[in-house]
Amino acid sequence: MIWEALFLGLGYNATLVTLGAAILGIAAGVGGSFLFLRKRALVSDAISHATLPGVGLAFVVMVGLGGDGRNLVGLLTGGAVSAAIGLLCVNWLSTRTRLAEDAAIGAVLSVFFGFGIVVLTYIQTMTSGRQAGLEGFLLGSTAGMLQSDALVLALAAALTLALVLILRRPLTLVAFDPDFARATGRNVDRIDLAMMAIVLAVTVVGLKIVGLILIVALLIIPPVTARFWTERVDRVLLGAGIVGGLSGYIGAAISAAVPDVPTGPIIVLVGAALFLISLLCAPGRGVVSSVLHHRQYQRRVHLRQGLLALAQGQPIYERLTQRLMEQRGLMRGDGVATEKGRAHAARALLDEARWHVVRNDQAYAAAAERYDGLTEMQKVLTADQIREIDARLPAPQGAMP
Amino acid sequence: MSVKLARDNGTVTDAERRLASPLAVRGLTVSYGQKPAVFSVDMTVRAGHMTAIIGPNGAGKSTLLKAALGIMKPLAGTVTVLGQPVAWRRDHIAYVPQRASVDWDFPTRVIDVVLMGMYGQLGLLGRVKPKHRAQAMDCLDRVGMTDFATRQIGQLSGGQQQRVFLARALAQGADLYLLDEPFAGVDAATEQAIITVLKGLRDAGKTVVAVHHDLSTVRAYFDDVFLINTQAVAEGPVETTFTEENLQTAYGGRLAGAQMDALAETLVTTSAGTSAR
Repeated sequence: MIWEALFLGLGYNATLVTLGAAILGIAAGVGGSFLFLRKRALVSDAISHATLPGVGLAFVVMVGLGGDGRNLVGLLTGGAVSAAIGLLCVNWLSTRTRLAEDAAIGAVLSVFFGFGIVVLTYIQTMTSGRQAGLEGFLLGSTAGMLQSDALVLALAAALTLALVLILRRPLTLVAFDPDFARATGRNVDRIDLAMMAIVLAVTVVGLKIVGLILIVALLIIPPVTARFWTERVDRVLLGAGIVGGLSGYIGAAISAAVPDVPTGPIIVLVGAALFLISLLCAPGRGVVSSVLHHRQYQRRVHLRQGLLALAQGQPIYERLTQRLMEQRGLMRGDGVATEKGRAHAARALLDEARWHVVRNDQAYAAAAERYDGLTEMQKVLTADQIREIDARLPAPQGAMP
Repeated sequence: MSVKLARDNGTVTDAERRLASPLAVRGLTVSYGQKPAVFSVDMTVRAGHMTAIIGPNGAGKSTLLKAALGIMKPLAGTVTVLGQPVAWRRDHIAYVPQRASVDWDFPTRVIDVVLMGMYGQLGLLGRVKPKHRAQAMDCLDRVGMTDFATRQIGQLSGGQQQRVFLARALAQGADLYLLDEPFAGVDAATEQAIITVLKGLRDAGKTVVAVHHDLSTVRAYFDDVFLINTQAVAEGPVETTFTEENLQTAYGGRLAGAQMDALAETLVTTSAGTSAR
């Protein structure tokens, strides 16, 4: 079943949903990237919760006008309008009052969501308009998705992607250095607004599939995951698109294959799994890599300290140091230095003495900055420079090899 | 169109100086809440010179710079560049913000930061061509950072970060360079590298304005000084304006005697009568 679902073999509707979720995932990942880079990830939470009253009111209005209350475009338009109002409230509260943005987000989010629930409760009591299915906007529901729905989603997602690509330079500039952006004549407020519009579009589009409570995850998890693997903005965008797309595709396929499994939460869990793998395994920024680097560094420090202690005839007490020295044949089990150990120790001591000279001379300030107690001088200065330094060493060390 | 004014002594009026100045500030007031950080300041920067903005902590030095650039909205006052509103001449102005004002863990490389200085020239969708890359590398070369072009910016030392910011400003290809504490917390080698670049710009006819906090190097580095303590205190060439009297006014007597003694050699003695050295 799972394999059939992954290769789109479960029939027309399941295929539609899977592809729709993949497109949504790509758009959400890319659209959420700048939100993450601008350090305003939580704003999307306020936006998504603020869609609910709009969806509900749109339903009421459409039924009141005698139409089909469940027209997707109508419902999403309603959601977009109330989300925009919520967003403006957050912006106004955080710029015009002394409220910090997180407090403003909390206030707006809960008020709008509460109002939305009130509207939904009212709708339950309505006698007309086939209200069933509206609660699907909370956690997403893909049952009964029409081809026209999927087309709307794909179109909106494509527009979002295009907008991000067109605005990537101003968005990058504002996320990295807003002061510089202003100084070069960019309208930072308007660029921020454009970023929010992108997020809003993704949120509204994603309501149907993932639901408003979990869309935040689809906006934020992909860029955070991509960040583990790269140090470049364009690649964060690319990676976020891939992670988002994969989450949507695999998540929707699983929920199509396994009965009674909700689509939105599964998509988010797939994304979370990708995040977890990156958190652990990514080179450089991942946890495993950090631990390994730290251990390696610790060993180098211990070795160096051991060699210096040896050179100065001091005893070595730390077990780790002793073990490392023995393993490398620098020291015997009884704590006596080997021939090799004495040679290494003398070299370490000479290096230290050279560094002492360098660090006390302004002329070598640039080189002195690279002192970390481990780097050998040969890697920093030329042979000529080292000869010049050796000439200044106190007599006994200067004579050593 | 040039206007000739009938005057026999040949002196230049304030209005004319402002018209010719690459950065002229008039009646500028900026406030945080109800407390002005900069109050009714006039400043006229001389073209082709290096000006240091000096004053105690909280005197409004950075605020003056930010308001002049339009980063902060002033409460009152005008800023002109060669007689035109600053907004019209942005492509002639390069800016080096304080190093601590950005997050250095941002996912970007050194060369990408320098290319940010060329975004105006690249437009929204213009491709980064080899010639742009070469131009960015040239800017890095001028600050001695070519070896670091593909490093992530978080791996740089403070001095290196400052040089990258300067390279980005160079990439802007401007006529006026505004720097906010370019020497704060950098090593001696970087300070030398930066001042060499800035003097090179000045010698090429560009104008440099820097917020500066190290009084002992003012004389060696700059042509003009602008002293500020919320209000403007004094403005003019270092030789005539960088005096003990002006400093004491700007710092409100907060400069201790010892500091003054240390500065004695670089300070200008006010008038012939008091120069008992």
